[in-house]
Amino acid sequence: MKKRLRIRLSPVYLTLVLSLMYLPILVVAVYSFNANTSRFTFAFTGFSLRNYQDLFRDTKGLLSALRSSLMLAGISCGISLVIGTMGAVAMSMRKFRGQGMLENMALLPIMIPEIILGMAFLAVFTAVGLKFGMMTLVLAHVTFCIPYIFMMVKGRLMGMDPALTEAARDLGASPGRAFWDITLPLILPAVLSGTLLAFAMSMDDFVISYFVNGAASTTLPLKVYSSVKTGVSLQVNALCTLMIGVIALAVALVGVIRAIAARRFRKKND
Amino acid sequence: MQRRKRKAGPVLLMLPMAAWTVLFVGAALAYILILSFCQRAPDGFGVVYRFTLENYAKLANPIYEQVLWKSLALAFQTTLLCLLIGYPFGYMMARAKKGWRGALLLLVVVPFWTNALVRIYGWQILLMNDGPVNKALIALGLAKHPLKLLNTYGAVLLGMVYGLLPFMILSVYSAVERMDWALVEAGRDMGARPWQVFCTVTLPLTAQGVMAGVVLTFVPSMALFFISDLLGGGNYMLVGNLVYNQLLKARDWPFAAAISVALMALTSLILWAYRRMGGKAGNFVMF
Repeated sequence: MKKRLRIRLSPVYLTLVLSLMYLPILVVAVYSFNANTSRFTFAFTGFSLRNYQDLFRDTKGLLSALRSSLMLAGISCGISLVIGTMGAVAMSMRKFRGQGMLENMALLPIMIPEIILGMAFLAVFTAVGLKFGMMTLVLAHVTFCIPYIFMMVKGRLMGMDPALTEAARDLGASPGRAFWDITLPLILPAVLSGTLLAFAMSMDDFVISYFVNGAASTTLPLKVYSSVKTGVSLQVNALCTLMIGVIALAVALVGVIRAIAARRFRKKND
Repeated sequence: MQRRKRKAGPVLLMLPMAAWTVLFVGAALAYILILSFCQRAPDGFGVVYRFTLENYAKLANPIYEQVLWKSLALAFQTTLLCLLIGYPFGYMMARAKKGWRGALLLLVVVPFWTNALVRIYGWQILLMNDGPVNKALIALGLAKHPLKLLNTYGAVLLGMVYGLLPFMILSVYSAVERMDWALVEAGRDMGARPWQVFCTVTLPLTAQGVMAGVVLTFVPSMALFFISDLLGGGNYMLVGNLVYNQLLKARDWPFAAAISVALMALTSLILWAYRRMGGKAGNFVMF
């Protein structure tokens, strides 16, 4: 009897909490079609695509902010992908003196409240006289992107059988060749998922960017913040609805591809 | 495994990350520490590198001390609510059928790939005087006139819980999923009641996940200044807002540095306690 109760209770609870999670996103999407042009009230006055038209004309600079956010995330992830993967591979090859401390320090950016790192970057960049802009944004973003990639790749390397690379080396492959042919293909999924995670974090970052952006450079979260703080801005709704749509589509696509791959795999094994 | 010859290769591979970390994490945080012992320039802008303890003395000022206590109280309430809502959710998720589990996991994670600001903005719309929540309350006859929902403490707390809940859910989920269910069954077979089994078996076995979730919600909740900014209307000053104000409005950098150092010390204390209680960094679920 107890068992039946659990089964009946949990879908209700899960659905309830999940709908609360999606409620604000749904509201943002619904209001993107609002025809109201007032800056002070959200009252829904009618259906319109005006906000989308304005968005694509880029009257408020949201699209250019999206573009610079994408560029920033792309550059930062590119750099941290190389640095983080190299670091993880190096640590799997041998033990370094002070390795534990270095690892802890490298993970700090994602452990401590973001505002501390933001303030630290603001102070240091001012002290050394760096000009605030894309450059400082990239430096800051690489710093918190490295740990995500490093952690993912390191986790994968720890679960890997060292005999594989040793076998390649015994068969006469150079260390470089062994890495390229054996290690890299094995860690590639971890590298990719780490990079994806870092990309999402970079696109989403508001607090740290807030402290290191320049007058000429603005990222999407910064632009959203300033638009939302000064009143109603339904273009923000339009842009976010489109972005959520793209994410949902990508997730669905990955799901479908996975399902197909899993079915093929099962067929092959039968 | 054979002991390898020490070669330059690994060192060269390690070098970029080591250099970057030392420079941009180590040195940057060390600079904040130095700054917190410096004096503010007499004209109000900039810093004079002369030793003082004034900035830390200022922290004891009742106004600032109160901000600290209020932040801690909010962080505590946020964490508690996340735990109360997130534990059953993570537990039920891990107990769901295998096919459902992946879908549920995805459903929890996807909203958090969209911008955090936008989700808070969604709540802002919902809670407005003429927003959907008030309209629904009036339509249902639960309220006669629009209630003031936005710019209240409750709204800030809601935003915090909303923003940090998935960390708790995922931490609990991964702990429950790894748990050995044979132990629970053994407990049941010995005649313990479900509630007893939960308290004496399930809870201790998932304590690691709960602890990871607590750290992941408590630590950021002290500094998410934009949530109290957007949902609290600037009426609720948190440590994050204080640092932000001192940095960009009052421009008292040494004091802002001292607050950061205090926050950092508190974070380290929490992480240290977590380690002492047997927590591992690997239990932090990232997504």
